[in-house]
Amino acid sequence: MICRRTDEGEKMKTLEELKAIRDRMKNQIELRDDNNEGRIRVQVGMATCGIASGARPVLNKFAELVQQKDLTNKILVTQTGCIGLCQYEPIVEVLEPGKPKVTYVKMTPEKAEEVFEQHLVRGQAIGKYTLATQDIK
Amino acid sequence: MMPEISLNVLDVAENSTKAGAGLVEITVDVSVPGNRLTIIIKDNGCGMSSETLSHVTDPFFTTRTTRKVGLGVPFFKEAAEDTGGSFDIRSEKNVGTTVTAVFVLDNIDRMPLGDMCQTMHDLIVYHPDTDFLYTYRYNDASFTLDTREFREILDNVPFDTPEISNYIMDYLRENTKETDGGAVI
Repeated sequence: MICRRTDEGEKMKTLEELKAIRDRMKNQIELRDDNNEGRIRVQVGMATCGIASGARPVLNKFAELVQQKDLTNKILVTQTGCIGLCQYEPIVEVLEPGKPKVTYVKMTPEKAEEVFEQHLVRGQAIGKYTLATQDIK
Repeated sequence: MMPEISLNVLDVAENSTKAGAGLVEITVDVSVPGNRLTIIIKDNGCGMSSETLSHVTDPFFTTRTTRKVGLGVPFFKEAAEDTGGSFDIRSEKNVGTTVTAVFVLDNIDRMPLGDMCQTMHDLIVYHPDTDFLYTYRYNDASFTLDTREFREILDNVPFDTPEISNYIMDYLRENTKETDGGAVI
């Protein structure tokens, strides 16, 4: 692929560049794979109900923060389907090895930031955003 | 309803990955002279029987067991038809499914295309076992992203590695801008 230039004069992404990234990443990947089991899983509900209620910015906020703080070997951000509680979407489940699952409801990117800081980094679940606080009929 | 078309694509393409597709081909074709925005989602997944196919645009039909409604396809259909466009879904058991939604570009009821780069990025990064072929066309210009090509270069380095994930996003953003000149669609 030929290097083209964008309006800003930056070089366009080329496949050559992808090769260079691959070579840099090769060693680090093996390290991470060994560590896969112990990772905290953050599952964002991304079925129709989740997406329609704003799950995408929530998913992206978690992914962005985990990446920014260099925690990809400790926290895995992933998608899940509908768990049948569509009225509480966007729903985020936090699964930490050896601990009960925490289900956050009606999430926003702002709440995601709080959950990231308090729960994922400091280990304190935020009770007021969980499913347990909702008056379920 | 979804607030933007790209979210419908994210949602409906999810059905393709659930159908076990190895390859999902997504085309976004904007024609200003033709006054059309066409979205095609084609997969080589398990397909549907004609019986199932006849129900998929019915909101009260779903194969899920967690709830009784299935709104993904009906939302997409309504969004297209509301603009005076059209919607078509074809499927063959063990061959795959193709969804085509045509929107009338200048219709007041057409929702914005939204962030297709984010949709493609999320589909690729969160479905590491599925290949995607994305084609974006704006009038006479176009670009494609083929994850099979990326996969060959990457040699088992996963798409969700931060550097790769960022590369994919930049690749999409830069090529989209190159193709449509930053047009707001």
